[in-house]
Amino acid sequence: MDTQVMNIIEQTANLEHANIPDETVGDVYVDRPRMTARNVNVFYGDKKAIDNVTLDIAEKQVISFIGPSGCGKSTFLRCLNRMNDTIDICRIEGEIAMDGKNIYAPDVDVVPLRARVGMVFQKPNPFPKSIYDNVAYGPRIHGIATNRAELDDIVESSLERAGLWNEVKDRLLQPGTGLSGGQQQRLCIARTIAVSPEVILMDEPCSALDPIATARIEELIAELSSEFTIVIVTHSMQQAARVSQRTAYFHLGKLVEVGDTEMVFTKPQHEMTNNYITGRFG
Amino acid sequence: MTDPRRDMISPAVAAERVATGLAARRNREKRFQLYGRIAIGIALAFLVTLFVSIFSKGIPGFFQHYVTLEVTLDREKLDPTGDFSVQSLYDGDARGVIRAALYEATGASGRSGRKAAGKLISQGAEQRLRKAVLADPSILDTTQTMTFAVDDDVDSFLRGFIKRETPEKDRRINDKAIGYIDTLVEKGLISFKFSDYLVFGSASRNAEMAGIFGALIGSILTLAVCLVLSFPIGVATAVYLEEFAPKNRITEIIEININNLAAVPSVVFGILGLAIFIGVFGMPRSIPLIGGVVLALMTLPTIIISSRAAIRAVPPSIRDAALGVGASRVQTMLHHVVPLAMPGMLTGTIIGMAQALGETAPLLMIGMVAFIVDVPGSVTDPGTVLPVQIFMWADFAERMFILKTSAAIMVLLAFLIVMNAAAIFIRKKLERRW
Ligand SMILES: Nc1ncnc2c1ncn2[C@@H]1O[C@H](COP(=O)(O)OP(=O)(O)O)[C@@H](O)[C@H]1O
Ligand SMILES: [Mg+2]
Repeated sequence: MDTQVMNIIEQTANLEHANIPDETVGDVYVDRPRMTARNVNVFYGDKKAIDNVTLDIAEKQVISFIGPSGCGKSTFLRCLNRMNDTIDICRIEGEIAMDGKNIYAPDVDVVPLRARVGMVFQKPNPFPKSIYDNVAYGPRIHGIATNRAELDDIVESSLERAGLWNEVKDRLLQPGTGLSGGQQQRLCIARTIAVSPEVILMDEPCSALDPIATARIEELIAELSSEFTIVIVTHSMQQAARVSQRTAYFHLGKLVEVGDTEMVFTKPQHEMTNNYITGRFG
Repeated sequence: MTDPRRDMISPAVAAERVATGLAARRNREKRFQLYGRIAIGIALAFLVTLFVSIFSKGIPGFFQHYVTLEVTLDREKLDPTGDFSVQSLYDGDARGVIRAALYEATGASGRSGRKAAGKLISQGAEQRLRKAVLADPSILDTTQTMTFAVDDDVDSFLRGFIKRETPEKDRRINDKAIGYIDTLVEKGLISFKFSDYLVFGSASRNAEMAGIFGALIGSILTLAVCLVLSFPIGVATAVYLEEFAPKNRITEIIEININNLAAVPSVVFGILGLAIFIGVFGMPRSIPLIGGVVLALMTLPTIIISSRAAIRAVPPSIRDAALGVGASRVQTMLHHVVPLAMPGMLTGTIIGMAQALGETAPLLMIGMVAFIVDVPGSVTDPGTVLPVQIFMWADFAERMFILKTSAAIMVLLAFLIVMNAAAIFIRKKLERRW
């Protein structure tokens, strides 16, 4: 325990001494991007939380965002489906595009955008409704299912793909909040995939879960990555290493380094990335 | 870095110091609990006193004395025109028919005797007789056993409030009348029954005929108007202010004003109602519609404030969840936030409605204190409400009004309890805390 604490203290000290680069190290661009962020700045009031980030999110791939607390991972993630719109003092500059269209353009409606770019949150947040209604909510409001049978199918296949069907198929009308934490989070994933999104954003989806539930979610992410583009914020580097193909390291609002997960973890190019990774791994 | 163990107190010393303070700490805790119990005890004592005094006076108020008479329903006397119209019945001598029965029962004779006997019975008796005849004309020209309320002074005498020993000139009923009452009691013609006048009667100057039905209906109509206006407006305002309003100077001023409105004395709302609805719009006085609007103005701040608190108490994660699957802001509100906040909103509404139910001052301002005999049939018919009726009765000196005032207070309390119970029931139904 003590050595770990010392490591973190040392690491923080190292981080403070290192220089944040002006340019991101590594390949910010990819061949088949699903979403592209160009020179994105985010402010909370006067405070700059994201500083000039340029990054491509590759199609049907898992990218993880890592970095110390408060470095802006969640902020940047929430820019990708405009969840930051709900925060009054939050202001965004730059461009984030999907299919070549800036999602912050004045004529863009956030409702269909959020159906295409779904989100799973840190704390499992099922609606205080039945398991069925939780999953059916998205398809219902977007009018995705044309009849009851189709809706039933969507609910079943979403729960199946979220690896929850076998556990809940006999209790679909029971409250979603009565499930265990891990099941709740899988229910939230089912709810997200029920509207057939293209991108799924996950903000530390396992931080409230025990190791076994975490392992299940990680498996699930691996399975889902064949169908969906996934962006995951995680504070666990092991998790980033296990689930993602690409890793982006943020520090104080800047994107310091991005590259293939293996490269970032084995041969980080920037000193700060190196410090962070080695600090944690001990 | 400094050595963290430098100034540490040894565990033994620490434990010892903790033990020294322990007794004092326990005492303080006990003392605090004692204060709490005393406070609850005082509050309970007040409550018990209140209830005992209201119930002890109020329950007798639900009963009054009746006299049973053999009435000969002479058609010629009751229906002089013979066309059996209401007008004809009113022209008829119902009073004479009843009095005749009364003289028969008491054996009253002579001018002064008949005068004394005639006063024994309530003025409402004639009306009751006419109603009975209208309802069933076949009873005409027969002799019927009918029950009428006795006059309130007789009732007071029978209850023992007017004493036989009091010198005749100081009594409200004379010796002759007492003699007749004794006769009626001996014959077993006097009964003490549940007062149908109290429950089904309206305002009356005669204490034995006075009832709360009109005021009860007035209260229901007024509160219905109040609820229909203040609940949707209050909830909509709260939702808008909490979720949609831009945070700027104007909304800030609106917020401050709403909070201040909650503290405005209720009579001010009455003046407002008088000036605007009656003065500017020229609407009639004394009607439940305006009463309801005025009370709605008064309850709005309460509902808005509690609804906003309820909305704020909905966890933000639920909002995120809904927005995250692409619900619009309005959908997020209507599907998730408002249903979850509804129990809290209802709590505020119950409090507001309870205040409105007990409110007198603003209704006096808009004339709902008028003496209205008819039961209001709609929100635009003149009427009064329970607390105002109680307020008016409390002003009368007659013993029976005092009893009926307490009875009316009990009805008001019962109304309040029924209303709250209904609201709590609805709230529990909605409050599926999963
Ligand atoms: N709603 C907010 N209002 C103001 N500042 C915020 C808000 N959310 C985040 N921040 C600030 O923005 C910075 C980045 O936060 P965040 O994106 O949550 O970091 P991370 O997810 O990497 O821990 C932090 O300094 C934080 O204090
Ligand atoms: Mg975060």
